[in-house]
Amino acid sequence: MKAEEIQEILDTAQLMRPIMNSRNKKITYLQGKNVVTLFYESSTRTRVSFELAAKYLGATTTNISVATSSVSKGETLIDTVRTIQAMGVDIVIMRHPMTGAAKLLSENIEAKVINAGDGINEHPTQALLDLYTIKKHKGKIKDLNIVIAGDILHSRVARSNIWGMTKLGARVVVVGPTTIIPKEIKKMGVEVSSNMKQVIKNADVIMALRIQKERQKSPLFPSLREYQHYFGIDEEKLAMAKPDVLLMHPGPVNRGVELTSDIMEGENSVIEEQVTNGVAVRMALLYLMTREGILSE
Amino acid sequence: MNKMLIKGGRVIDPLNKRDGIFDVLIEKGKIKDIKESIELEDVEKIKAEGLLVMPGLVDMHVHLREPGFEYKETIESGTKSAAAGGFTTIACMPNTQPVIDDATLIEYILLKARREGFVKVRPIGAISKGLQGVELASIGEMIEAGGVAFSDDGNPVVSSDLMKKAMEYASMWGKTIISHCEDPSLSKIGLMNEGEMSTLLGMHGIPSAAEEIMVARDIALARYTGCKVHIAHVSTAASVDLIRYAKAQGIPITAEVTPHHFSLTDREVDGYNANTKVNPPLRTQSDIDALLLGLQDGTIDVIATDHAPHHRDEKMVEYQLAPSGISGLETAVPLAITNLIRKNILTPLELVERMSLNPAKILGLQAGTLDVGQAADITILDTETEEIVDSSKFYSKGKNTPLHGKPLYGKVHYTLVNGRIVKDIKGVYRGGQR
Repeated sequence: MKAEEIQEILDTAQLMRPIMNSRNKKITYLQGKNVVTLFYESSTRTRVSFELAAKYLGATTTNISVATSSVSKGETLIDTVRTIQAMGVDIVIMRHPMTGAAKLLSENIEAKVINAGDGINEHPTQALLDLYTIKKHKGKIKDLNIVIAGDILHSRVARSNIWGMTKLGARVVVVGPTTIIPKEIKKMGVEVSSNMKQVIKNADVIMALRIQKERQKSPLFPSLREYQHYFGIDEEKLAMAKPDVLLMHPGPVNRGVELTSDIMEGENSVIEEQVTNGVAVRMALLYLMTREGILSE
Repeated sequence: MNKMLIKGGRVIDPLNKRDGIFDVLIEKGKIKDIKESIELEDVEKIKAEGLLVMPGLVDMHVHLREPGFEYKETIESGTKSAAAGGFTTIACMPNTQPVIDDATLIEYILLKARREGFVKVRPIGAISKGLQGVELASIGEMIEAGGVAFSDDGNPVVSSDLMKKAMEYASMWGKTIISHCEDPSLSKIGLMNEGEMSTLLGMHGIPSAAEEIMVARDIALARYTGCKVHIAHVSTAASVDLIRYAKAQGIPITAEVTPHHFSLTDREVDGYNANTKVNPPLRTQSDIDALLLGLQDGTIDVIATDHAPHHRDEKMVEYQLAPSGISGLETAVPLAITNLIRKNILTPLELVERMSLNPAKILGLQAGTLDVGQAADITILDTETEEIVDSSKFYSKGKNTPLHGKPLYGKVHYTLVNGRIVKDIKGVYRGGQR
């Protein structure tokens, strides 16, 4: 995705925002379109966000949940989506526990595909909503100092954000225990640190990531207590940051680990707003994808 | 017809240090004479002007999948693929169902190969019963039945104690232990080489150390036991260094590299095509550079395909769910010609040594030379023809290759087994293998 395309999505999201606040939250742009959410992993916010976005635009929505276990024992992914396609679907929104699944899907069906998260690889709409939220508060992305903290290895949110932020000209630092920083991550155009207290000083934005206990096959750091001590954001560390630093988290938060509860609810936090903006960004994406021309691919 | 004359080819025979234009006369399935000019009427002739004539290629690392996985490959289809690829002898790995871990199964493979095969098949037996890595399989009885080497290929022997015992035991017969070097605790969740590409593509990686740790261990055990140890599919630069060191110490180590490991990097994985999934994984350009250097200086003795056919459906899934393996028999010669001969990495003499003579020596086979009196297993090929790889035309049931659609030089014109043509430009035939 090019920088201009990201920009267009963010601008369009800005236009979608009023619809969410209006009394009649429904326009007819996607009337007659059939949107399917196909989730092979559990999700609350992403799934509801997509579903509401599609409904606000007037689409018909269908939700399919597939237990992860049935991936290996039952129908293949391609067969499943071909079946869905045969019923006449226009857009498939998929979350899947394995990297590359969305790519495989898009190569094998005619319906448009939105990746709602594939394994540890990407979660593009989360990055878009994060960019939108940052831009709303800071007025720009370019030249901002953004710190992404925590489990970078297992975080598709981090990876998609790194792509988007560096493309729009931000300076990104990833910070976390070396065991959960992917090899050669500098090649993605970021700096790497293991010293939170040092990097927090210059930050315009701090994005804390969830410790993904479910994806860790073996312990990657000694204890949550030790993680919190070095990388969790508490009052003491936040005091070292700029007063107007923006505090973000893709959720769900492990309270007291990545962030203390007080900070999560404090004035630097935009965590709830991220959720709200997610709907607007997804509306923008659905709108642009069903229009001819840009992003129809 | 009893006699056949191969006229005017460039004969490459590393054992006899022969590289020049010669005629080769075959009689009753054996090489009768090699001279600068042999004039005979009334014999079947093969015109070999402009072609390389070499001892039949030997592939010491093939998965034939039979018994148990006949939907992936059979002894018939796999040996047909081998003939098409220029191989006259192949050694097949024991990870079938049931596992080739006793003498009756060795005999079964040999029987089926005699009945249905297109080229010679030599079975490799399991090191441990059921490839479980716990108890030694009946290595002695398998040797008597025709097992040529032993390996738990695909299932790394994790227990150093079992590996030591296998080496001690196999050394009684002077047989070679073939080791698939992989520390599974490091590789278990990995899907590709760990490095820049795995990070860019968002996949768990397999660190090069997963291989190197086991190469180092097996070097230590080979020194300790004196057993001949062959390192399968070397893929990393540091593995090459370790093997070079071991050879300098006089430790009885040999090693192989696959054509895909010396030709392709982990950049191929971009796009998540499961046909790029292979174990060990495709590595980086600096690894390839080290592998090529190892081939040049003889650190790496053998080129072997690790031919690993899979059914199309098995690869049309999420990358993580796809089995590892590349169908390699029919692209080995073109990759070697394109990336080794035409780039002057190896001379034809050196290539034939690594694709025929050396594997034959390691397995103790009567093959790999064009000595007079030797069975006439001969491969005739050219290095000039450029063709686009079309996996749908493979004789192998396994169409799984990341090379589909890529142009490569080099074409096998004839494969002869025991003096009978089993492959020519038109097709593949049975009959050489008795």
